[in-house]
Formats: sequence, structure tokens, C-alpha cells
Amino acid sequence: MKSFVLILAALLAGPAIASSGHYPLEKAPVDLANTVSLQRGAATFGSYCSGCHSLGYMRYSRLTDIGLTEAQIKQTLLPAGAKLGDTMGIPMRPEDSKAWFGVRPPDLSVEARSRGADWIYTYLRTFYRDDTRPTGWNNLVYEKVGMPHVLFTLQGEYALNHESAEGHGAGALIKVKDGQLSPAEYDALIGDLTNYLAWVSEPAQASRVRMGFFVIGFLLIMLVVAYALKKEYWRDIH
Amino acid sequence: MSQDQVDTSKRRFLLAATGAVGGVAAAGVAIPFVGSMLPSAKAKAAGAPIEVDVSKLEPGAQLTVEWRGKPVWIVRRTPEMIAQLDQNADKLSDPGSEAQQQPEYCKNKTRSLKPEYLVVVGVCTHLGCSPTFRADKGAADLGGDWPGGYYCPCHGSRFDLAGRVFKNVPAPVNLVVPPHRYVSDAVLLVGADSKES
Amino acid sequence: MSQVEAVRGWIDQRFPLTAMWKEHISEYYAPKNFNFWYYFGSLALLVLVLQILTGIFLTMNYKPDAANAFASVEYIMRDVSFGWLIRYMHSTGASMFFVVVYLHMFRALLYGSFRAPRELVWLVGLGIYLGLMAEAFMGYLLPWGQMSYWGAQVIVNLFSAVPFVGPDLSLWIRGDYVVSDATLNRFFAFHVIALPIVLLGLVVVHIIALHEVGSNNPDGVDIKKIKDPATGIPKDGIPFHPYYTVKDLVGVSVFLILFSAIIFFAPEMGGYFLEANNFIPADPLKTPEHIAPVWYFTPYYSILRAVPPLFGSQFPGVAAMGAAVVIFAALPWLDRSPVRSIRYKGPVFKRWLAAFVVVFVILGYLGIKPTGVWGTFPAGLPLLGGAPVATLVAQVCTLVYFAFFLLMPWYTARDTFKPVPERVTA
Repeated sequence: MKSFVLILAALLAGPAIASSGHYPLEKAPVDLANTVSLQRGAATFGSYCSGCHSLGYMRYSRLTDIGLTEAQIKQTLLPAGAKLGDTMGIPMRPEDSKAWFGVRPPDLSVEARSRGADWIYTYLRTFYRDDTRPTGWNNLVYEKVGMPHVLFTLQGEYALNHESAEGHGAGALIKVKDGQLSPAEYDALIGDLTNYLAWVSEPAQASRVRMGFFVIGFLLIMLVVAYALKKEYWRDIH
Repeated sequence: MSQDQVDTSKRRFLLAATGAVGGVAAAGVAIPFVGSMLPSAKAKAAGAPIEVDVSKLEPGAQLTVEWRGKPVWIVRRTPEMIAQLDQNADKLSDPGSEAQQQPEYCKNKTRSLKPEYLVVVGVCTHLGCSPTFRADKGAADLGGDWPGGYYCPCHGSRFDLAGRVFKNVPAPVNLVVPPHRYVSDAVLLVGADSKES
Repeated sequence: MSQVEAVRGWIDQRFPLTAMWKEHISEYYAPKNFNFWYYFGSLALLVLVLQILTGIFLTMNYKPDAANAFASVEYIMRDVSFGWLIRYMHSTGASMFFVVVYLHMFRALLYGSFRAPRELVWLVGLGIYLGLMAEAFMGYLLPWGQMSYWGAQVIVNLFSAVPFVGPDLSLWIRGDYVVSDATLNRFFAFHVIALPIVLLGLVVVHIIALHEVGSNNPDGVDIKKIKDPATGIPKDGIPFHPYYTVKDLVGVSVFLILFSAIIFFAPEMGGYFLEANNFIPADPLKTPEHIAPVWYFTPYYSILRAVPPLFGSQFPGVAAMGAAVVIFAALPWLDRSPVRSIRYKGPVFKRWLAAFVVVFVILGYLGIKPTGVWGTFPAGLPLLGGAPVATLVAQVCTLVYFAFFLLMPWYTARDTFKPVPERVTA
């Protein structure tokens, strides 16, 4: 009985926690038909993310779906010793990562379905310097995030704008140090990365939609035939 | 009810049309269900062709690798072993490899791409045991005139060093040669022969 | 043709094939005035078949093991050819089953299909509904995501509110101190074999009972009263086949178009059919920020939340929730109106039914939202100060929900009614 009350209490208290961390999310430029963007996203993921984050349900061979050839996958994305049919694991052992980061970096296979592409897109663009955090980084979307800002050399460094009354929105952060990329270039990079993660979260999505048009087209024909048949038979009924 | 006014030909046409559409629908529904029982991407990945470095193999020695859950033997035959193959002919039940137990490119005297290397699936064609590698020519326990090859402990089937089955043993046909090709002089790819895969 | 007849004759001497075909299909006389609401019975049967078919194929690749369950679902979604399609058919089918069944039940409310002599049809149908709820609840645990896990945790804990035996009862259901591998494995057994057998059996009984008494119709007229003296066939009856088979085929086509549109273009259905939190593997140490049951349970969940605890016990809420489902069983004996169909009932019943539908939808909506969704009353207000608005609304709706049933003998007996025609209207 006690546990029930506790869970119910958690249920009722839940929304309060949820609403405190709400930062307006920006629309991610997801376009699964844009294979060039997906390939750029795959390359970015391979360079900056795949050291810690696995895409454990995804096989390297599936990258042929976004227009890469097997030779290209082998050259650019396949780790030494891995096979094309392997899933995208990480070199780190879970125990080590837990010791280094406190938590195990999550698998990102279905991240775009659990958190949403908009969340990922906004999150990766709202890191700021915070000396009170062990990593030196904090995030507007994900408060007290455990992950450091891996891409700061590209984006540059931002700090919280204490003069901004709201604490969120466009003016929440101010740039304190330039990065290698301009803000527009960085946004495009993260856009491609988000697009890639959206694709990874459901690789069958493109074929699903394509198949849908055929199936519904066929069913419309079936409806016409069935309706004609019904009408013909029901002429008997007065 | 105006039974006499019923347009039977129209009804028959519409019934046929509905039947046809229904048949297409049933077939369409069957495709994903039947298709889902084929090997999955995981099974295909596990059964993918494997690369083997054969350059380190000693002459006369055998290397066993696993492909699609089955042992595949690679033997680097010595010149004597290759010479012995010709002499076995009259004792074999299919010396010319007429049965389709090998790819077309291995239907030759040595049943191989390169005479030196034998590549066969190590599963007896009788009841599926894995025969033993017995290169020891003239072994007493195999009858003294043993030319070297494979002996199956289960039911006594014998094969020579080209995987060809001897006469008067339970196994009916030669050992299977899997599809394979050489990626380079040193590297053998077992499981695929065309350039694509 | 004669060969076909010979085979049929051979079978008929050994099994009543032709007799059954005639009794239930070609010579089952259904009222000729079925309308839109009468599609949902055959559609429910279609969805049942689809669920069983897709379920069988999912079972070929799913692993009922806490360590592998989540991964095996993603394996189905990615590595198995057409696995995604079969999975989406099953997950969409679960929700659509309830859509169809709710509309089917509402039809019975509209036209008084539950009334004598169809009480058993109604009661067996209610049994199917209960079985379906259990089937859906246990199936929802199988993907082993956060929603699966915490949903099961909360629902199983409801049983611990039962006086005296509660905690032992929920422990027994789980087979562990928390929802765990043991729970997953037994839910799997119930979901894939035990409950489907029960459901199939009940569906057969439902149809046999219906065909024994005959179908009701939108006029609520008893068509068996007026028969053709020569043939003994009801004058307003038409053979189910071919007339309703071809008509249902149209309904099936329309339904499949909607069904496919969801599967292919919106399988998550905005998070109502597949929830975002269920793409996070189950974590017994971390409750998601907001958990809610799947939409088809939310009216009852709202009732659970609306009833305040008594003497520190949640039991009243749990009991109210159970009663909200079971009370449907009393309907045949609660409706005292002299007429069956809403077409001839008076305005009072119509208003009550409308109110029932409205509160059912509101309760359903509130069940997917946190209680704070409509804010709280101002602190200064007497009695209500600081209380969530949504809770009060849910409480009012709960009262209306139960009043619809409990006051029915009173208001239906007093209500006016129109004369019922002898024969069905066109």
C-alpha cells in the first residue's frame, strides 16, 4: 500500500518537475530524403559522438540506405576490426564510462523517438559555461547535464546572460569565445546530426511512407469495387 | 423482391472483380508475413562471407574456419598430395565431380581455384558429422593403402584430399565446396564469389 | 460442380458444414435497416484476427526476458524484414480494437441492444471487453520501455489497495517485489496464449448467443414478430450473406484505409498509440516525469484519481474504478423504458446519454493529463482553495458517470416515449 501511495505521489508531483525545466524547443530541420545531409550527420556522429555513444540497434551495413557505398562505409566510418554487419557499439567498456562520467552515456538508437528531434537540435546548441558543474558545462534544455560540451571548439563558448529576465529564449546566452564555425555553420552541422539521429531512430521510415501510398491507393480501388458490388446486391432490398 | 430484374452478368462481373481485388489483398498481406521469416539482417550479418589469411598456413596443414555455423576446411596441399589426387581416380565414386557439389569454377581435378588450396565445407554428406583430417598417408588403422584425406568417425565414410568420396562408403556424394574467391594472393574470402558481395 | 457437391455431401454426413453455414451466414436473417453503427461488430472480428496473426509473427522474434525484451523489439523494427510493419500493425491494432469496441458498445446504448432477450449477448460482450483490457494491459508491458514498466507497476499496485490481502495479492501477481523479469515472463504467457484463447471462446459464445435471439436494429423492433406465413422468414429480415457480407466489405475497406493511414503515416499517433517514454528501456530506479495509461484506459484512471482516499486507504478509488467497468453489466436491468431504441425514447434519456458521452470523453482527456492541467483554485476560496481544478471536474464527471447508471431505473421509467412502429423504418 505504501509503495502505491508513493507512486501516486510521484505521479501527482511529476508535472511540477516537468514544467520547471521547460525551455522552448526549436524546430529541427529533419528531412530524411536529404541523403547528403544524412551522410554529413553520419560523419559528424562518427567524429564526435561515437566514442561514447553507441547506436546499438543499428548496423553499419544499413548506412547503404542513405546512399553510402560499402567501400565508403569501410573507409570512413567502420572502426578497425569491425565488420559491415556489426552493430554500432562503442569502444568503451560500460564500467569505465560509468567511472569517468558518473553515468553511462546512453545509447542513442531511439533518442530521436524518446526525446524528439527538436529536443536534440535545441539541446546541442544551448550549452553554456558553468563553473559550478563538475564538467564546467551546463545546458538550457537539460539542466545539470552530465555530458560536457564536446563541440565547443566548433561552436565557441557561451555564458548565461544574467541580464535576460526570462532566462530562456534567444537572449539567454551570450558568446564569450568564438569557435571555428560561424553560428550559421554550427546550426547546419547540428541540423545534419539531428537529421541523422532521426533517421537512425527509425530507418524504415522512408520505405514505410512510400509503401503507405501504394497500400492506400490499392485500398481505394478495393473500396470502389466493394461499393459497386454492395450497391448491385442491395437493389434487391426495398 | 424483384428477382426477375437481377442483372446476373453484372453481378458475376462484380463478384469476379471483388474476388480479384481480394486475392491481390491477401497476397499483399502475405508478403510481409512470409518475408519476415527469411533470415534477418542479424542472421545475414552472422552468415556474411569471411576473410581468411591463408599465407601463414604451413604446407600440408589444415585450417578450420566457421562460416554460417559450419566448419570450413582450408588445406594447403603439398605437391605430393596434389600428385596423389590423380592416382585416387579409380577408387572414387565421382572422380570427375559430376554431382553439383561445387561451384562451376571448382569443377576440376583439384576441386579448387588454386591447386594448392583446398576449400571444403567440413560436413559429411552422409548424415552431417564432421570428418577427421587424416593426411597421414598409409595409416595402418585406415587399411595401409590410405592415400590421405578425411575419415568420418560416425559411419566410416572416406574422402580424399579434394573432398571426393570413395566407393563403398555410406556417404553418397563429394564434400561441398563453398563459394569462395581470393581477394588477394594471401586473403581468401569464403562465402562469396562474385565481385559484388 | 458435381464433384464439389459430392465432397460437400461427404463432409455434411460427418460434420454439419452446410447446416452451420446456413444457420450463421446464408440463412441468418438480420434486420434490413442496419446503419453505420452496425459495422463495428464485424470490424472488431477483423481486428481480432489481425492481432492474432501479427501477434504470432511478433512472437517469432520477441524475447520475453527483461534483459533482451527492449532490444528484441528494436530488432524486429530494424533487422527483421517487414518487422516494423508487423509491429506497427499490432500496436495500432491494439488501439483500434478499443476504438471499434467502444463504438460497438455505444451502438448498444443507442439502440438498447443489451435489453431482453439479449442480456447474455451483452454480458458475454462485457466479458470480452474485460478480457481485452487484461490483454492490452499485459501486452503493454512486453516492449519493456519506461511506460510499460511504470504503467504495470502502478496498475499492479492498485491491487495492494484491496483490504487485508492487498499487498500479498500484488506480490503474487508480480512474482517479485517489483515488476521484474518474472512479471514480464508471466504477462507474456497470459498475453500470447491464455487470454487469446479466452477471448476467442467468448467471441464464439457472443455470436452464437446473438444468432439465437437475433440481431437488434436501429428501430429496436422485434423483426421475428412479423414473418412471411409461407416461408417463416421475418418480413424485415434479409440473409446475412450476401447482403451484409458485401456491405461489411465496404466497411472493411474504409476501416482499412484509416488503419493503413495510421500505420504508414502516423504509427505513433502523436504519442497516443506509441508513447515517447516507451522508447527508453525500463529503468526500475527512475520513474518518468509524467506517466499515464494508454488512452483507452484513461477514463477509468481519471475515476481512480478523482475518488479521495478514505482512512488513508486508496481502496475507494480502486473500487470506484472497478465499479465503473462492471456497472455496464447491470444495464439490461436498469433500463426501464418501454422502448429499446433512442429513436423512440424521450428527451430525458437522450440528455443523460449525451451527458454520459461528454463525461466519458472529459474523463478520458483528464486521464492523460497531469492533475494540474487546468491550474488550481485561488487560495482564498472556501473549501476548494488550492485544489486542482481538473480534480474537481473529474469528481463531478465521476458522479455523472455513476448517476447515468444508478438513476436509470428512475429516469427511464418517468421519461416520455414515442410509439414504436410495427415494422422497421427504411
